[in-house]
This record gives sequence, C-alpha cells and structure tokens, in this order.
Amino acid sequence: MKNLISMRDLSKDEILHLMDIAGEIEKGNIVPDMQRKLAALLFFEPSTRTMFSFDTAMKRMNGNTVIMSGTKNTSAQKGESFADTLLTIAQYADIIIMRSPIEGSSRYAAEVVDIPVVNAGDGANQHPTQALLDLYSIVKTQGTLENLTIGLAGDLRFGRTVHSLAQAMALFGAKFKFFSPSFLQMPSYIKDDLAEKNIQFEECPELDGNLDDLDILYVTRVQRERFADPEEYEKARGSYILRKSMLDGVKDNLRVMHPLPRVDEIHTDVDVTQYAYYFQQAKNGVYTRQAIISILMGEV
Amino acid sequence: MKPVKLIKVNAIKNGTVIDHIPAGKVLKVVDLVNLTGENSVMIGMNLTSAKLGRKDIIKIENRVLSADEVNVIAMLAPEASLIIIKDFAVVSKQQLTIPREIDGLIVCPNPKCITNIEGIKSRFTLSSEDKKIVRCAYCEKKYEIDDVEMIV
Ligand SMILES: [Zn+2]
Repeated sequence: MKNLISMRDLSKDEILHLMDIAGEIEKGNIVPDMQRKLAALLFFEPSTRTMFSFDTAMKRMNGNTVIMSGTKNTSAQKGESFADTLLTIAQYADIIIMRSPIEGSSRYAAEVVDIPVVNAGDGANQHPTQALLDLYSIVKTQGTLENLTIGLAGDLRFGRTVHSLAQAMALFGAKFKFFSPSFLQMPSYIKDDLAEKNIQFEECPELDGNLDDLDILYVTRVQRERFADPEEYEKARGSYILRKSMLDGVKDNLRVMHPLPRVDEIHTDVDVTQYAYYFQQAKNGVYTRQAIISILMGEV
Repeated sequence: MKPVKLIKVNAIKNGTVIDHIPAGKVLKVVDLVNLTGENSVMIGMNLTSAKLGRKDIIKIENRVLSADEVNVIAMLAPEASLIIIKDFAVVSKQQLTIPREIDGLIVCPNPKCITNIEGIKSRFTLSSEDKKIVRCAYCEKKYEIDDVEMIV
C-alpha cells in the first residue's frame, strides 16, 4: 500500500492487516518510530477533530507535523497551480495528509507527488481513515467483523461516513437496519451495491423497539439545514434521538458509535451505559491513524 | 414514422466505414470525428438492418480514425462495427468495444471534481458494460455513458 485514498482500493486482507497493526500499536507490542519524520497536514477545509487526531497520531510516534490550513489554498490565490503547491511540499515532508472539499483531489495529489498521500476527506467522496477507525472500533468490541448486524441512523442520504461503513461492512457479510427520515434515506446506488453483494438490509421507521438484534448502532447527526420546514425537523428528530430507555432488552455486546461531534441525537443519559462507545471510538482513531501512517511509511 | 432511405450510400475507395450504428446516433458520431477537407463523408440513416432492425452508417473517405475517435464511437455506439477499406476492398472489420479505461475522453459532470476545478485530464473506468456505466477515477461518481459529454 503506497497511499490511502479510497476504501474502494482496499482488499479485505489489507483491511484486516491494518486492524492487526492498530491493535498491536494500542497494546504497545509495536512501537513505530517516526523520529525525524515530518507529516504535512494540508487542510484546505477546516476539520479540527480530524486534524488533531492525525497530529496526535504523528506525535505519539515521536514524529513532527507542519500544518497548512484554511478555507483557501493560499498559494492558489497567488496563481500557483495545485500541482506546484504539492510538489513544493513534497520537498519538505515525508507524507502528505490532505483534506479538501474538492472531490478526487487526494487521488490527484498521489499521482503528482512521490511521497505517500493520505486522504483525510475529499468533499462528499471519501474519508477512508474514518471508515477504518470505525472498523477498528467494531472489531475491537465485537471480536470480529464477520456477520454482524449493524444499525445506521440519522442522515443516511448525505452521510459519507455511513456510506463508507456500509460498503466496507458489506465485504464481511453484515446485515443492516437503516433508520432515517424518509427524505434522508440511504441512496439507491448504495442499496444497489449491497443488493448486488446479497447483503440484507431493511429500513425501519424509528429506533424505539427496533434495536434488539443489533451488534452495532451507528448514529449520525441530522442537520437542521436539510429540512425545508422547521416543524418537520422537530417531528423527525424525535424518532431518531437515542435515549437510554430505548436500550432495554438490547444485546449485551451492543455498542453505540458516533463519528462526533454529537449535537443531541444521542441523549447524554446514554453516556453512562455500557453501550456508549463514541469517545473510545475517537481514541481508536489515533491508533488507526498511527497504523496507517506506519504502514505507508514502511515502518511496520 | 415510416422508415425511409434518405440517401443511397456509395462504396468508397479508401477510408473507414462505421456500420451498425443504432438508428438516430450517426450525427453524434459525425460530431465526434475530426474531419478535414480531404474527407468526403457519406451518411446513411434509418437503413434496414437484419441485426438492429434499423441502423445508421457512415463512410469517411481517406481517413483512418485515431484510437481516441474509435473509443468515443465505441462508447456512443458499442453495437457498431469499424471497417477499413483499401481499393474498394475490406481489409479489416472490427466489432467496437468500450475500453475498460477511458483516458481524457469524458468530461466529468461533477462540478466539484478535481478534473473540472484544476482542468486536468479525466480518467474513467468502465463500471458496467451492459448498463453502460462509467466511474470517474477521481471523484468516484458513476454516470451513464449516454448522459456524459465526450471530447476528442
Ligand atoms: Zn469526477
């Protein structure tokens, strides 16, 4: 593996290998050493959490980072081409970690420079490190990725995270339950992909009463801006807010995940239950990103 | 509409014939071929065909098509066949196939795609031959070939 651009580039074996390395790093059995290595974090779109997570991952391995951030690519304003910006940065850094609203920009960057490129999100397209940390959280809590029943809740139409997760878990024979307002349902191109792979899925009208067979419940935010009518928003929202009372009778191994930041789609009363896993999930992101960087730099 | 033979398509001495173009698509094919003053072009529309029912045909004199031209025609009309004529004789006949990798021939319809924003050469892969669906190698969006703009 030379770059990490899209989940679609990864085989099942590569995913499992990456999970193993992340696990060994977490346990302290592998201690990658990035001393004197420099990661360039190019964030052409703000995402403090993702940037912090990568920055932490690099520093936990004694590596260094330089950060270029802002909504505008400053050199682009000076008329420099994107390729020139990348080629210049590649003279300084050992790896490029890039986030941009421009779809396909990481793929292009990887073609331009000869140091590894990690896609930290390219518009509505891919965010593979998020998908991988989600998979790592699942395998860590369930002991396997095979044949699990996964609930996906919230904005399933525009949610890049849930799309990647659905496609990745389909490699492992998952069963899905989708929970979303009708106009934010999982898009048909994803459902077609799942159907082609003989993956079972059902769409459920609400969370309450539909959680008993789940191993994982992955909750995402429903943005108010998606609703034309504020009243509709208030009405729809209630059906997709997870509360502690809904968790009576669920499986012991159920874990509730969320990519964070959370607004109110998971009530804080869930936080104290054994099922809440979203903060550990964020921590897993650091191990997963350490594993990704180490593999791409040939350190493990 | 009652099918009619618009013109009688004559034999050419040297050049290229694209036969078995689905009826109605020939003008799009002509659009995509780069023609010069050297090239007499004959077009037959809505001719009877055993294979397709109705077909279009185009004959281009003194011209061998480039690989890119053949590829865009293959995307537009994969049913078509490409015939090379020398001295009134068929020297080769080839069934068109949509290439697996399509380089620089499709404009990605996604305005947020890097290919449009940075003006770089597009690259698509054939995702489904039967359904004629291609996927952008950069933004990864899928499109039906009949819905995309092609360039040669
Ligand atoms: Zn594209």
